[in-house]
Amino acid sequence: MTAGAVKFGVVVFPGSNCDHDAYYAAKKVFGQEAEFLWHKEADLKGADVIVLPGGFSYGDYLRCGAIARFSPVMKEVVRFAQAGGTVIGICNGFQILLESGLLPGVLLRNASLRFACKYVSLRVENASTRFTNSCAKGEVLRIPIAHGDGNYFTDQATLEHLNEREQIVFRYCDERGNITDGANPNGSLQNIAGIVSERGNVLGMMPHPERASDPALGHTDGRKIFQSILNEFISRTTGESMELAGDVYLSATGGRRQHHG
Amino acid sequence: MKANMTTKPSNPHGLNHRQKGTGTMYRSRIRITLRPSILDPQGKAVGHAIETLGVGRVHDVRVGKYIEMMVDESTPEGARSATEEVCKKLLANPVMEDYTFEVEKI
Repeated sequence: MTAGAVKFGVVVFPGSNCDHDAYYAAKKVFGQEAEFLWHKEADLKGADVIVLPGGFSYGDYLRCGAIARFSPVMKEVVRFAQAGGTVIGICNGFQILLESGLLPGVLLRNASLRFACKYVSLRVENASTRFTNSCAKGEVLRIPIAHGDGNYFTDQATLEHLNEREQIVFRYCDERGNITDGANPNGSLQNIAGIVSERGNVLGMMPHPERASDPALGHTDGRKIFQSILNEFISRTTGESMELAGDVYLSATGGRRQHHG
Repeated sequence: MKANMTTKPSNPHGLNHRQKGTGTMYRSRIRITLRPSILDPQGKAVGHAIETLGVGRVHDVRVGKYIEMMVDESTPEGARSATEEVCKKLLANPVMEDYTFEVEKI
């Protein structure tokens, strides 16, 4: 795997606040190309992967993600997604994907009414997506959440459809992988934490994988999401599978990882 | 900033230039409410506060949104159809919200 093979475009809305984290994960942790895409520009600058980062785009006015959807860049993102391009929406980015119609459902206010900021356990329900191919089905990941509106809801027919097509990628679980009410931080229907589009090229998730990518921050399970995305590109372009994260990480950080064992 | 404070804005709502269009304006009053099937934790919290307030016989509190906007159209039908479109495409999310509105000639 060569560094810089995949270009990440990180969209910046007024009020985005996880854009630098996503940029850092792509560029510094994984040694890939990364570029910020200002929301007023209708140009994806040749990005292979679009990241809609977390934050409070447009101050969450009206509804989370409702205004961001009308930004010029989103027209291009929708076009990119409809052509099969890889799009990942994290937290507020997930909300924007739902408002844009790229994914079904809505995110309501947390059932607790409280902003939830903590590490949660996620069970990987589908390990054959381009976002989870480096995970095992049933594997439990530790990734942080930070949101006030993460309570996933949709109508019964859509829910059945999501289940049938294995579009539910992550569910909140306890440390042993049991899906329980106690492990549900926001009241989401069936503990849903992340879903993919029917074609599998668009992922929305409330937890923040970019915040669990650098060992300096304690957990690195979020790297599996980025690594999976890279795996997909590598196997597409060269036909080989790869072990990427270690080497690239070492070169990107000058071997800093050694200090963390 | 100081200078601005003494200048009275001639067009405080930014609407005058719109009046030139058709000469007729309507005001839309829009109410957006969570669908009955959607839990409303905000309404519940407000309900608890009302209980604490001790004012009796108040229950089933639901919190929604109220939006006003001016529409330049020559007919009430035109104003209604413009309002409908804005509600459908932006103001309400049909997965979780319903909306009602009325238009009034200004």
